Amino acid sequence: MPEEETVLEEENMVENEKKSPVQNETIPDKIKPDKDDGAKTKIIVSNLDFYYGDSQALFRVSLNIEENKVFALIGPSGCGKSTFLRTLNRMNDTIPGTRLSGTVLLDGEDIYKVRDVSAVRTRVGMVFQKSNPFPKSIFENVAYGLKVNGITNKDLIAEQVENTLKKAYLWEEVKDKLNNNAYLLSGGQQQRLCIARALAIRPEVVLMDEPASALDPISTSKIEDLIAELKKDYTIVIVTHNMQQAARVSDNTAFFYEGVMIEAGPTNKIFTKPDKKKTEDYITGRFG
Amino acid sequence: MDKLQFKPKSRWREFIGEKFIALSALSALVAIFLIFAFIFKESIPIFTDPDIKEEASVDKMVFKQEFYEGREAKWSWQPNSEVPKYSLLPLFIGTIKAALIAMLFAVPLGVGAAVYSAEFASRRMREFIKPIIELLAGIPSVVLGFLALIVLATFLQKTFGFVFRLNTINAGIALGLAVIPIVFTVAEDAMTSVPKSLRDAALALGANPWQVSMTVVLPAALPGIAAGIVLGFGRAIGETMIVLMASGNAAIISASFTDSIRTISATIAAELAEVVFGSAHYSVLFFLGTLLFVFTFFINLGGDYILGRLKIKFQGRMK
Repeated sequence: MPEEETVLEEENMVENEKKSPVQNETIPDKIKPDKDDGAKTKIIVSNLDFYYGDSQALFRVSLNIEENKVFALIGPSGCGKSTFLRTLNRMNDTIPGTRLSGTVLLDGEDIYKVRDVSAVRTRVGMVFQKSNPFPKSIFENVAYGLKVNGITNKDLIAEQVENTLKKAYLWEEVKDKLNNNAYLLSGGQQQRLCIARALAIRPEVVLMDEPASALDPISTSKIEDLIAELKKDYTIVIVTHNMQQAARVSDNTAFFYEGVMIEAGPTNKIFTKPDKKKTEDYITGRFG
Repeated sequence: MDKLQFKPKSRWREFIGEKFIALSALSALVAIFLIFAFIFKESIPIFTDPDIKEEASVDKMVFKQEFYEGREAKWSWQPNSEVPKYSLLPLFIGTIKAALIAMLFAVPLGVGAAVYSAEFASRRMREFIKPIIELLAGIPSVVLGFLALIVLATFLQKTFGFVFRLNTINAGIALGLAVIPIVFTVAEDAMTSVPKSLRDAALALGANPWQVSMTVVLPAALPGIAAGIVLGFGRAIGETMIVLMASGNAAIISASFTDSIRTISATIAAELAEVVFGSAHYSVLFFLGTLLFVFTFFINLGGDYILGRLKIKFQGRMK
């Protein structure tokens, strides 16, 4: 009799592993923001472990990211927040020797089970820490994502480029020099161009990895305004070192420390009365 | 706290060091200039010495000549004939034809291999093929020439039924083998030095690796690739031993790539050792050397110019 029970338990465990975490919502539920304003959950991350070779960078991270909200990831350098961000559009796939377990569900679909990585990345766009426009014209930069994804209609591309540049509040500054090389723009303009480039293919989620860390205060505030504007149409996940920035732009915040997601919740709660001591210490500047 | 006592920096050491570095840079320049001056000096009699002018003036080297009365005027290179003939045109055409075939052969292979190695090969594969291709550069050209003379020529003739065993295609391919590693190395370096951030940007926009290579990496690396092609062309024009052995050395004017050719460099190598010192032939050979020098100089200069333009176009920065 005891023997049979053991077998049963093992079967159950296998079953649990197979089950997609949509059904198994226990963990995500726990960290759901306690404020309920009926927001739809866009991304559900559960039990995410991530390894660079032998060293583990993320430990059992589970998070819910709501649609049309700004989600900020904060934490000291090397805490895994950028790594986590890059798991959301499988950019870590490009680094050899990395490994991952757990699931990342985008609208209920596991992005790591999708065969065509590029399909995931057209839905989850990304803006990098250092602005990285292509050595092409301003127009070509914004049009690039459309072209590689098979859009050939020139009028449609031109229209979309204009719309996107307007959306990124860059149109007025560049409309007369669309054919100039993007490298001739200022640093802040280049970063907004990179945001426009990411928006041009109309992703659903935009990941931003410290998008303003290399910019002056004026360019930074322009980008922050832009983020506030963009959340009407996009779900935004932003990594930032700057806690004031996180407080200003985000609706929800998660605090990472040494690869572990310590605490997540509405930004004002995290910044005013965090549950965990560690979060409080970090927010108040006692370390990090 | 005590004020730190810094030692004043040695002025004369800096002075000597700077001058020494400047001197070593200058010495290369001087060497190049002296080489040019010497080669050119030996060819001056063509313009000044009346006897030599009579035999081989610039006119005679450039324009069609009626060598025998009543016969058709033509371009011909036969310096040792009873009536010495010094038309340079056949040698020019031979040189250009060989270089053309070499480039047609080497550029697609060299750039293709570079794209593969830099973009698609696994790290293991890359560490395997890169040294091997670069090793090709270390093969003495006499070995390549020998290979072309014995093996390649026979193979090509059997396969394609060429009338002349040693012909332009044979020489061009062998020459191409010497050019490939140059094109490959420079192009590969150019591509691997394209920042990862650009690849990431393209991948994050949903481009697949092939699109990333073709639309981002290759254009961004184009200046470097062009530099490799120019360097390779310079080698193809100047390379001597391979063409000397594999081209047939017939100074004829022909548009056909299955005819034999004679290049400028091979002509100098083959004839200079037996020429009468100070004769018209001697001066003409040095004149050829001068021209070769000037050509390669301008090819490199032109390459540099193109490079600068491409850099501005693709990277938006002044050189």
